[in-house]
Amino acid sequence: MPELTTIWFWLVAVMFTLWAVLDGFDFGVGVLHRFVARTDTERREVLAAIGPVWDGNEVWLLAAGGSMFLAFPRLLAAGFSGFYLPIVFVLWALILRGVSIELRSHLPSTLWRSFFDTTFMLGSLAVPVLMGAALGNVVRGVPLQASGYFELALFAPAGTPGVLEAYTVLCGVLVLVTLTAHGANWLLWKTGGPVQARVRAVRLPLWLAAIGLWLTTAFFTWRVSPDVFESAFTKPMAWLGLALTLGGAATVVLRRAYERAPFFGGAAFIAGCLVTTVASLFPVVLRAQGGPELSLTVLNASSGATSMRAGLVWWGPGVLLAAGYYWWVMRHFRGKVVAAADGEGY
Amino acid sequence: MADPLLWHRLQFAFTIVYHYLFPQLTMGLALLIVVLKGLALRRGGEQYATAARFWVRIFGLNFAIGVVTGLPMEFQFGTNWARFTQLTGGVIGQTLALEGLFAFMLESSFLAMLVWGEKKLGPKKHFAAAVALFFGSWLSGVFIVTTNAFMQHPVGYLRGADGVFALEDFWTYVLNPWALAQYAHNQMASLVTASFVVTAVGAFWLLRGTHLEQARLNLKVGTTTALIASLAVAFPTGDLQAKLVAEHQPAALAAMEGRFESGRRAEIHLIGQPNVAARRLDNPIGVPAVLSFLAFGRFNAEVVGLNDIPEAEWPTSIELLYYSFHVMVGLGTLFIGLMGLAVLFRWRGWLEKSPWLLWALMLAFPFPYIANTAGWMTAELGRQPWLVYGLLRTVDGASPLVHAGDTAFSLIGFTGLYLVLGLAFLFLIGREVLHGPAGAHAEVTHA
Ligand code: HDD
Ligand code: HEM
Ligand code: HEM
Repeated sequence: MPELTTIWFWLVAVMFTLWAVLDGFDFGVGVLHRFVARTDTERREVLAAIGPVWDGNEVWLLAAGGSMFLAFPRLLAAGFSGFYLPIVFVLWALILRGVSIELRSHLPSTLWRSFFDTTFMLGSLAVPVLMGAALGNVVRGVPLQASGYFELALFAPAGTPGVLEAYTVLCGVLVLVTLTAHGANWLLWKTGGPVQARVRAVRLPLWLAAIGLWLTTAFFTWRVSPDVFESAFTKPMAWLGLALTLGGAATVVLRRAYERAPFFGGAAFIAGCLVTTVASLFPVVLRAQGGPELSLTVLNASSGATSMRAGLVWWGPGVLLAAGYYWWVMRHFRGKVVAAADGEGY
Repeated sequence: MADPLLWHRLQFAFTIVYHYLFPQLTMGLALLIVVLKGLALRRGGEQYATAARFWVRIFGLNFAIGVVTGLPMEFQFGTNWARFTQLTGGVIGQTLALEGLFAFMLESSFLAMLVWGEKKLGPKKHFAAAVALFFGSWLSGVFIVTTNAFMQHPVGYLRGADGVFALEDFWTYVLNPWALAQYAHNQMASLVTASFVVTAVGAFWLLRGTHLEQARLNLKVGTTTALIASLAVAFPTGDLQAKLVAEHQPAALAAMEGRFESGRRAEIHLIGQPNVAARRLDNPIGVPAVLSFLAFGRFNAEVVGLNDIPEAEWPTSIELLYYSFHVMVGLGTLFIGLMGLAVLFRWRGWLEKSPWLLWALMLAFPFPYIANTAGWMTAELGRQPWLVYGLLRTVDGASPLVHAGDTAFSLIGFTGLYLVLGLAFLFLIGREVLHGPAGAHAEVTHA
């Protein structure tokens, strides 16, 4: 059992990380969209850069959520009901983003299009902030009760825990800036012309800001949850995460002249941050403020051996198939986008 | 109104009914698109390819709304039904995770290829993309219906002393007989929706005197499929469902039929209003012994009435359940009649000279949506007061610490958001249909 729960802990973590890395650039593109693309053709070009992949990227969130359901149902139950309102806001933002991408180009009207350009931006902005804040809550801890559930005010004055307080908002901003920078890397790869030139101008400042925020957040994590911070240094996976983060940051900053390398550097940075965080938390999956005996861990939140074993049988083939489709789509839409007159966009 | 459970139920019911308006067309249309593209490949002929292109455009729009309204469904297990999630996750987590990895990945990847890639892929590979999409969307149906079937008729689980469900055997769970019947019925019903929609567009163009060739093609494919699917919905699949309900959920069957007295040679009610307070059906018109026969295969079989079932196990909204069931079955019967007539008229060459029938076919498309919704309401209301039939009550499945106010707020938000979505969707679909097979889209992007 303990091995099974550890395996599933990492499988779920890998899936959430894939979601953050893949859908992450979609959010970043959404945030940048209105600013780096000025004319309608440019806007369609930017949208075409994520059009064929955004839904597939979002599915990693569903697959990760489903796997969490399978392996750690108590975590899903406590986390989602405890963060009720923020989760609902995330949902609305995801809905707004999805329909904006899909409906925007169906009408020629400039009013219609600029409306959806804005909702696309707002949706793409809200998700990273809220998800970052949620991660901040997990690191800081939540007031879990003996029943295994908690409730938490949305805002709180300094000193009392709330979903949105100084530390968690800082985490939200870190995620927002990082994903925006990640989106810039993607656009650098997939676009050309004036859009690419504008992206190039903001890309490095964004990344420097992200790295600065990362250091700041690390410092405050040490102040808010010293035990989590310190346990990072005792775990090999956390060291691996740290290496990924640093390597990624170096690639992003030093390989400025290239178009693709920065994207993979950014992906490594994001994956590294997440791996470090979850490795430092392990085996805790939801930290209780009231003391470690109240925390949800991989053991007390898990679903049972038969379920996890059955899941292991099909998980591998499932991920391979998904990777296969993704590769196929990417192969057909490789190269730079051009906004074609027929809307096909490559 | 301060009872959180009421709000959880309202919100779940509203969001799932709304979500399911879209997948029912997705799944049915995916099959019809495969048929059209297959015909285009085998027979050549631009008309099939043109029709397929038109329906892919409709499909894309419909799919987009299906995707965004599906997200809240997945999340609500955790936000609103936390105790249910905690208790049953070890079992239903299987199919929910499988759906994400196997079905949604397939759908989302190949939709991009279908919508964006016709020129890139060439006809053969584009056909393959359509087949993959069909396969993916029908696979999501499998997994979600299996999840629901566990709630209707739990199998393949073990239950600990703490009430937590664990998986006992994967294959027993996945091959739940209830799921097989439910899936077959549900998929035929989604084919009814899609074929009615295709038929209605054909009738509309014919009545307007535009796009005649395409109109005829749509009518041909639409009415033929609609007749086959309508028949299959009633028999064998609907019949099979009814037998399962009779066997495993006697209280649901009694309430669906508004039956209070137990007895042999039970009659089926065509008309009547359940009067729960007085425990009788007012103004009934019934056919003796038919219910016994439909439910158990014998005219003489005993059918239990609600009087012999403790009230604590009665479904919570008997009136709504009764009407949902009767609306579904009533419409199903009408569909067979209407499409039988349409196919006959088309075969004899009378259809185009019978505007009244074309009008009827054009205006009929909302009714399969109503029948599908009514059918799910039958299934879900009949399951009450249980969340997992006979094992876990709905009251015990809700999130313990979420307040009525939180859910009321989110429900209001969903209502507003979905209203706007629905209006935009109808507007865009209407525009595509008005523009006809050549497409509004082509003109738009040239702008
Ligand atoms: C076009 C839609 C449509 C039509 C015409 C019918 N059904 Fe249906 N029915 C559904 C669409 C549907 C559905 C929405 O798809 C349901 C909900 C759950 C399910 O599997 O299918 C359903 C459920 C459902 C149930 C409830 C199962 C339960 O309680 O879990 C029964 C007994 C039937 N059907 C039987 C019939 C019969 C005897 C019909 C005769 C004409 C019929 N249905 C027509
Ligand atoms: C399209 C199909 C569906 C429709 C139209 C539908 C309809 C409904 C309705 C009307 C209710 C409210 C019943 C009540 O509270 O009295 C409900 C509740 C519920 N349904 Fe469904 N349902 C559908 C599919 C599903 C599926 C596939 C699942 C599971 C995977 C599911 C799980 C639930 C749950 C958890 C509730 C809340 C608890 C309850 O009230 O029973 N439903 N549904
Ligand atoms: C509680 C029940 C349900 C949940 C949790 C759910 C979840 C979802 C989610 C998350 C998506 C979006 C997938 C993506 O991003 O690509 C989706 C789409 C879809 N769902 Fe549902 N769903 C439910 C009920 C149903 C039912 C009852 C059916 C059919 C039997 C169904 C069939 C589909 C299909 C075919 C799609 C593809 C998109 C579309 O058709 O528009 N779903 N669902």
